[in-house]
Amino acid sequence: MTMKKLAALAVTATIAAAPVMAELVIPDLSYRTGPYAAGGTPFSDGYQDYFNMLNARDGGIGGEMLRVLECETGYNTEKGVECYESTKGEGALVYQPLSTGITYQLIPKATADGIPLHTMGYGRTSAANGEVFNWVFNYPANYWDAASVMVNYLLAENGDSLEGKKIALVYHNSAYGKEPIRTLENLSAQHGFELTQLAVDHPGQEQKSQWLQIRRERPDYVLMWGWGVMNQVAVQEAANIGFPMENFIGNWWSGAEHDVTPAGAGANGYKSLNMNRIDANLPVFDDIKTHVHEAGNAAGDGTNVGKVLYTRGMYAAMLASEAIAKAQEIHGVADITPAMMRDGMEALELTAARMEELGMAGVGPEFSVSCQDHGGTGLGIVQQWDADAGQWNALTDYIAPDDAVTLPLVMEDSAAFAAENGIEAGCM
Amino acid sequence: MLYREAGDFKTSYAEDNQTFPIKFDRWRYWFVLAVAYLVIPFMINDYWANAIFVPFLIYAIAAIGLNILTGYCGQVSLGTGGFMAVGAYACYKLMTAFPEVNIIVHVILSGGITAAVGAAFGLPSLRIKGFYLAVATLAAQFFLVWLFNKVAWFYNYSASGQISAPERFVGGVAVTGPNTEAWAKYMICLVFVTICAIIARNLTRGTIGRTWMAIRDMDIAAEIIGVNPLKAKLLAFAVSSFFIGIAGALFFAVYLGAVEVGEAFGIQKSFLVLFMVIIGGLGSVFGSFAGAAFLVVLPVALKLIGVDLLGWPTDLVSHFQLVIIGALIMFFLIKEPHGLAQLWRLAKEKLRLWPFPY
Repeated sequence: MTMKKLAALAVTATIAAAPVMAELVIPDLSYRTGPYAAGGTPFSDGYQDYFNMLNARDGGIGGEMLRVLECETGYNTEKGVECYESTKGEGALVYQPLSTGITYQLIPKATADGIPLHTMGYGRTSAANGEVFNWVFNYPANYWDAASVMVNYLLAENGDSLEGKKIALVYHNSAYGKEPIRTLENLSAQHGFELTQLAVDHPGQEQKSQWLQIRRERPDYVLMWGWGVMNQVAVQEAANIGFPMENFIGNWWSGAEHDVTPAGAGANGYKSLNMNRIDANLPVFDDIKTHVHEAGNAAGDGTNVGKVLYTRGMYAAMLASEAIAKAQEIHGVADITPAMMRDGMEALELTAARMEELGMAGVGPEFSVSCQDHGGTGLGIVQQWDADAGQWNALTDYIAPDDAVTLPLVMEDSAAFAAENGIEAGCM
Repeated sequence: MLYREAGDFKTSYAEDNQTFPIKFDRWRYWFVLAVAYLVIPFMINDYWANAIFVPFLIYAIAAIGLNILTGYCGQVSLGTGGFMAVGAYACYKLMTAFPEVNIIVHVILSGGITAAVGAAFGLPSLRIKGFYLAVATLAAQFFLVWLFNKVAWFYNYSASGQISAPERFVGGVAVTGPNTEAWAKYMICLVFVTICAIIARNLTRGTIGRTWMAIRDMDIAAEIIGVNPLKAKLLAFAVSSFFIGIAGALFFAVYLGAVEVGEAFGIQKSFLVLFMVIIGGLGSVFGSFAGAAFLVVLPVALKLIGVDLLGWPTDLVSHFQLVIIGALIMFFLIKEPHGLAQLWRLAKEKLRLWPFPY
């Protein structure tokens, strides 16, 4: 026991002795193992490849090189804590944990340590209220937006009325899956549809009883909040009971290629939301291939370029690098601190022209962040899987959520958080 | 040479009955305590506290608890994760309902509540044994996790079902919440571990421990010599759950600060603590510490060596961790089925004879 401690001590001592260079440090709390690896791997590949591409092509951002620190969490909160503690001392600028559970862990810790947290489209929804959550950002969209976008899409499909319809929600029985319930309940009262909640326990391989219930109750629509292996199983089960796939809609974490391919032709017609557009021919992918993959620096095996979650990881990296550039502009220094990074994120403004300039025209909606609003516009598109062509096709343009429903919920939840933790709401 | 008894005379019954009868052992014990209390708190940083010491100390309490039940009383339990969840949720409800009461009181009360729940789930042990009892406790594990997920009262109706520890102080120093200093976290866990270990050690040396061991070795014979199996077994369940409840409360309030029951207290946690007890050594307090250290420190050490020192890809290291830890568990169980505690005992025997072994 003591020997082991000594050995571990010696190891950390050598690490601590490494010289600290002026670099922009970006931790990547990824997961390439465990039941959620199928989603974690392409996201992390895209996140890292984009930063590496900036290093190789532009020499970093504003002349400052980027250093990506990868740490494997396995979607596990205890490992997530270890990863956070081991990387924060290196001058980490922003955390992107890609896990709602780890986000809940890190919100108080990162706030106390003064490091911004970017949880795009996941995490704690009420963090959109920037006056309470000064250090947490969840632009461009959040779960309650997603729930509202789904309902708005269904309203449009049904001639603006969901009166008497039955909608089932299949959700991951965790903080992640429970997030949209309150919004959907409010929407169900408002639009008169009946909501059935079906929880699926971690990791989600066992869903027979939930789908049996769906088969018996025959809801008009099934909405899903799934992640990892749960998505594949759900799509397969839906195909098995012959549920009409075009009435089955996943959120944006349940709509990647690997979620639908295992079910083969049975998955044809499955729909999901997306917060970013997918287009494998974006010029930025050519840059990534030339500067990163051909140089042999690809994160992972390099096969994910252009896929749904790869694109989203790259989009996340782009949002981070734009915020870094913004912070450099505001403070006039290249080697920014996490506090400056926060200012950059809060002043972030993304225009269509800028996205085109970056070689990813139309990848996301235009939005700007402010002290009050850390949540972005909340727009989402609906996409549908074409099993024959093996690709996702966008069905709609960006659909807006109903802010009249989500905003009061955000205010209520963030006010509760502020009261619980004695936070004085206000801008920094 | 080191563990020499020659010249170490006992002149009273109290001296003869002390926990560490050998002088060198006593010195070692005081030395470890001195380092733990007087050296580490001044050197510790956030990383060492959150990645190594705090989880090690908390798992050590849980392992001591399970060791009392499985190692001393011979009742196999797979419900540890569920009982830790009881401790965590009891602590959360108490912390939010009575914010003016000291957190130490809450942690102890959480242990008490868990003891009551544990004793209730221990009732079947009077009728069923061995694997069948393991299955009954497995039911406790799944039932408790389901309960805390299903009934919103337990998580105060929060939107996400997460429970988060508010900030609480002991003597003006924050011990829970995000602004806790590393040393404060470490010290509160250390105090609980020390007290739990001393209680466990003395319980198992006395009458109660002997009735537990009698039940473990042969329950019918124990009944014939006058051990009341109802009392002994239920007491073992209660005491064991008390420790596990304290571990769960600290795990939630001090270590993680926010938990989600399915993720933090799932069946994996039950197995993890059971492995700690088996690897460390059944029926040994020292074994509980050794097992907890082995399973907490080793993954972190492997990660540090693999990723930070050798620069391997993180997924490869993570897979290797599973392979290496699995292989080591098998190696230890084949080479030393009685765990690390037995290795320590053998080493002690050898040291006493050294340099003239026979």
